[in-house]
Amino acid sequence: MANMSLTKTPIAEQEPKVRARNFKEVTLGYTPEQAIEEAQRCLNCKHKPCMTGCPVSVRIPEFIAKVAEGKFEEAYAIIKTTNALPAVCGRVCPQEHQCEGKCVRGIKGEPVGIGRLERFCADYMMDKAVAVEKAEPNGHKVAVVGGGPSSLTVAGDLAKLGYDVTIYEAFHTAGGVLMYGIPEFRLPKAIVQHEIDNLTNMGVHIMTNMVIGRVLSIDELMGMGYEAVFVGSGAGLPRFMGIEGEGLVGVYSANEYLTRINLMKAYKDDYETPIMKSKNVAVVGGGNVAMDAARSAMRLGAEHVYIVYRRSMDELPARKEEVHHAQEEGIEFLVLNNPVKIVGDENGHVNGMECIKMELGEPDASGRRRPIPIEGSNFILDVDTAIMSIGTSPNPLIRSTTPGLETNDHGCLIVDENESTTKEGVYAGGDAVTGAATVILAMGAGKKAAAAIDEYIKNKK
Amino acid sequence: MYKIVTRKQLNDAVVLMEIDAPYIAAKAEAGQFIIYRVDEKGERVPLTIADYDREKGTITIIFQVVGASTTELARLNEGDYIHDVVGPLGVATEYDEGIKRVAVVGGGVGCAIAYPQAKKLHNMGVEVDLIAGFRSKDIVILEDEMGKASSHLHICTDDGSYGYHGFVTNKLQELIDGGAKFDEVIAIGPVPMMKFVCKVTKPYDIKTLVSLNPIMIDGTGMCGGCRVTVDGKIKYACVDGPDFDGQKVDFDELMRRNSTYKEQEKAHLCRLTGGVR
Repeated sequence: MANMSLTKTPIAEQEPKVRARNFKEVTLGYTPEQAIEEAQRCLNCKHKPCMTGCPVSVRIPEFIAKVAEGKFEEAYAIIKTTNALPAVCGRVCPQEHQCEGKCVRGIKGEPVGIGRLERFCADYMMDKAVAVEKAEPNGHKVAVVGGGPSSLTVAGDLAKLGYDVTIYEAFHTAGGVLMYGIPEFRLPKAIVQHEIDNLTNMGVHIMTNMVIGRVLSIDELMGMGYEAVFVGSGAGLPRFMGIEGEGLVGVYSANEYLTRINLMKAYKDDYETPIMKSKNVAVVGGGNVAMDAARSAMRLGAEHVYIVYRRSMDELPARKEEVHHAQEEGIEFLVLNNPVKIVGDENGHVNGMECIKMELGEPDASGRRRPIPIEGSNFILDVDTAIMSIGTSPNPLIRSTTPGLETNDHGCLIVDENESTTKEGVYAGGDAVTGAATVILAMGAGKKAAAAIDEYIKNKK
Repeated sequence: MYKIVTRKQLNDAVVLMEIDAPYIAAKAEAGQFIIYRVDEKGERVPLTIADYDREKGTITIIFQVVGASTTELARLNEGDYIHDVVGPLGVATEYDEGIKRVAVVGGGVGCAIAYPQAKKLHNMGVEVDLIAGFRSKDIVILEDEMGKASSHLHICTDDGSYGYHGFVTNKLQELIDGGAKFDEVIAIGPVPMMKFVCKVTKPYDIKTLVSLNPIMIDGTGMCGGCRVTVDGKIKYACVDGPDFDGQKVDFDELMRRNSTYKEQEKAHLCRLTGGVR
């Protein structure tokens, strides 16, 4: 008999006041009993609507059925057949727009906590020694540029098929945005490292400190015996608004702020990376990255942290859970406001942000109502730090050093439905193709690319 | 891990290291840089590549000890390893075709970076005036090397203890006044020095390249920390530079941004800015 509770089985979280001052994980996860209870809410629908919402087609009802039976190891094995990084996805996917958004239990009440259950399975297996399946080598080499979620997925899927895969990572550690972008309190780095170690145990090679486009070109990789190359080089250069004052001391891009904290561990005293000790912080933007930056600033000891967003609460692109957590932690949402200028003191340090109030007009090309400034509503927000989190534009490094690789007007790599670029044998996915998007979309692209690369190499013979 | 094959103390505060890094050595060009991280808990610090040996697979860096990250690097000896070295980063310096005479101006440890530029130009057959400025005689570095890499070496000291008594800008002005026709000036050193070299060359409309050293983390165009304002637009030193047309650079903003962590440095010497060259 299904559990007919209209709400999800509650999950333990750190108290908002406590967690707003530490970097430990916010959500503590289900116990086995809670997981079984939540799994029993699944109706095991024949038409599996949840699966249609998943970019990597996790066999959701099947794994949940195993959880309900208490067979967690089997549940995990089912997830792993299609998802290389379940511990990551269970934590950072926007489930409300994907699997859970399609769940029939969500029509009346809350959907099944699919993300929580996926995370539970992955965490449950984390400290259990799982025999690594090492595929029989098939004698073919593939190079993967970048070490983020799309690349890790490509590497995992191809390694499973017996390919000899090498990841070329620019930073000193692989993981991409999972390491430098998403904070510890949302995605512990030990978990990411564990998923990466799984790949190396499967035989994937990782070359760190290798900036492709500088130290080696794509053509040179092809000349080194790689039969195909996957480019998952990520989103790239942070955007700024082009308003006065963005060169002042105390203005960060969210990428820089988060990289200092997450990758370079500026929040830990024994690491040498510096970061500003801010009192009042304005984060401009409304996406997940903005939430991460705001909540990080709070954890570093800020008194007031504001989200400055030009549309309303309804249009915030961030995951619902992140907005909810941010509000609980005391982040102040100044929605329907847009910065027009960052103000500095005589030493060139930020001491305010001039904003203008906005109202919503007719829907624009994105389908969201267009924000319109209200004349004369300008005011100064008292802040000493401004973090710009308004997206990125693609990194020029690879496209400018790879003849035959075409990009669109935005500078994103052009690919067909198989993630194949305009250059033979070169595939691409993730933010390098889509512009800034989500981890799971990058993984979905990686999955498709891996299948296409396998086809391509098999047919070449 | 990257092995230090040679270590030389050039003066009390300046150290030369030759590092085993075959991938970087194969591609490095004058004007490019690396980012190093001494150990797991260290900062990522950019340093310009002073020289490279493609056959040996080594690169040379020359740096001044100014704080924790460079102190830690300087503590390492021949045979020790640096945890991470990534490069070559940035765009190699591009010279205009047909240039006949160039003044390469270096200030202090910046001479370590001016030197390979001079060497490259000198090997191309360009007449090179290398103007190298130091505070005093006891910190002069690379004199022999610079002599070989230039047509005219002008060593200047602020206190007059060696060579020309005065700043590099005074010497440059004298040369111009004396009739030297420079097709280009390349200035590498402290930000104020580069700013004032540009002031000297502006009235004569001499193209002046500067090599910028902003705070940086990834060096690949991701973090945006190294942004500088050039001709009123945001440019990223790591992917668009580090060389820029000096007449268009907002040096005052660069100086301010480079001082972002000065207070923290003073309060806690272990925490430093990244932009040390």
